[in-house]
This record gives sequence, C-alpha cells and structure tokens, in this order.
Amino acid sequence: MQLLFRFLIGGTVVLLFALLGDVVRPKSFAGIFGAAPSVALATLALTVHADGRAYAATEARSMIVGAGALLIYTWISSRTMWNLRASVAAVTLTGLILWLVLAVGGWLILLQGAA
Amino acid sequence: MTVSIDLSALRDTHWHQHVLRFVLGGAVTLAAGLLAKHFGAVFGGLFLAFPAIFPASATLIAKRERQKKQRKGLQGAVRARRAAALDAAGTTLGAVGLMCFAGIVWQELPAHATALVLSMAALSWLVISTLFWRLRKRHSWRRPWKPPPPPISSGK
Repeated sequence: MQLLFRFLIGGTVVLLFALLGDVVRPKSFAGIFGAAPSVALATLALTVHADGRAYAATEARSMIVGAGALLIYTWISSRTMWNLRASVAAVTLTGLILWLVLAVGGWLILLQGAA
Repeated sequence: MTVSIDLSALRDTHWHQHVLRFVLGGAVTLAAGLLAKHFGAVFGGLFLAFPAIFPASATLIAKRERQKKQRKGLQGAVRARRAAALDAAGTTLGAVGLMCFAGIVWQELPAHATALVLSMAALSWLVISTLFWRLRKRHSWRRPWKPPPPPISSGK
C-alpha cells in the first residue's frame, strides 16, 4: 500500500512539473523544469515520515552528486544536439547511461564509506 | 526577454504522453525508495536527482517543432534538434539550482520543520535557476555578433 502511495505521489509531482515546463516560455527557461526537484520532493517528504529527518538529510547529501551528474549529462546532450546530426531520443536516452555512470562514479569517489 | 505562460501548448500534447510521464515519475520515485531500502540512504539518494522529466520533454519538444515545420512543407530536423538543445541548456541551469536544493535540505533538515525546509529549498531552486538563466542571457547578448560566412562561389 505504501509502495502504491509512493508511486502515485511521485507520478503526480513529476507530471505537474513537466506540465509547468510545457507551458512556460521561452524554451531555454522552460528547460529548467527538466531539472525540477520533483522526485526529491515526493521522496523526501515520505522518507522523513518513515525513517526520520537524519536519514532524509543523508539522502539529500548524495543528491548533490546526482544533480552534478545531471548537470554534466544535460550539458553534453545540449552540445551534441546543437552540433551533431544525432537523434534527440538517441542522445537523451543513451545519456541516461552516462548519468548513471557519473552518479555511481561520484558515489564511489566521494561518498562510499560515508555515514 | 520576459518569461510568459502559453497554455495552448497543453492542447498539442497527447494524453498518452501525460500518462507516460506520470508512470515514469511514479516508477522513479518508487525505485529511489526501494534502492535506499536495499543499499542505504547514501546510494539511494543519488536517484533523487534522476532525470525523470528531461528525456521525455526534450523528445516531445523536438517532435512538436518537426511537426510545425512539416506543416509548412519543410523537413524541420535541424530546427527540432536545436529546440531540444535549448531545452537541455535550460535543464543544465536547473541542475545548478538542484544542487543548491539538495545542499539546503542536507544542511537544514535535521534542525528545522520538514515542510519549511522543503518549501525554502524548492524556492531556492527556482530563484537560483532563474538567476543563472538571466546571467546566461545577459552574457549571450554581450557576445559580439559574427556575420554569416560568405556564400560559396559556383566556380570559375
């Protein structure tokens, strides 16, 4: 039941931020909604309720590394789509692997062993 | 350049795209929780910054731009790619704000009320992202204008 609740809350928050990104102009400004804290807002509120504030704060510290990986992923995607004849879907989807590699790499270098 | 709201964009989006975003958002939130349960908060926290919105939005923007051009009898592939590239550039600035959001939650959550910290952190994300967007705009205005290259002569 709690998993279903998490799914519904997460889906709703992500959809709301995505809709905001759809209606805001100009496009370069609307792009900031692609990095909205949608998953974080949904997850952190539920995590505080279930596991406490200290646990949620630890998650937030790791999130800095995940957001850094997002920054590099979107910057490379932007340059690639602007300069090369690559399909948008191919760039953004293969870029997800890059995000994962950067995030896990950052975790191994900066966070592994941290409490 | 001023920021505005264009609700007509909602009419161009098919309902199945909204469903896809909802399911993806729900799945990522669920996965983030499960990963934290199995591997701990340090590893699970990485996925709070998972790009749940960007890939679908960029693809959708490119599709819309291509369709717009095709209605005018043009191919529109370059325009579509560049619109998606602009969206990605905006997302890069949003990611700077997202790092600040996470930093504020990390530092302030243990000592203050959850609703207050999350609200202030979300507001900071918006303010910082907007500030960086404005700085980038100003910077690009100051870039010297380069004339287009001369056309290639036909020979002789």
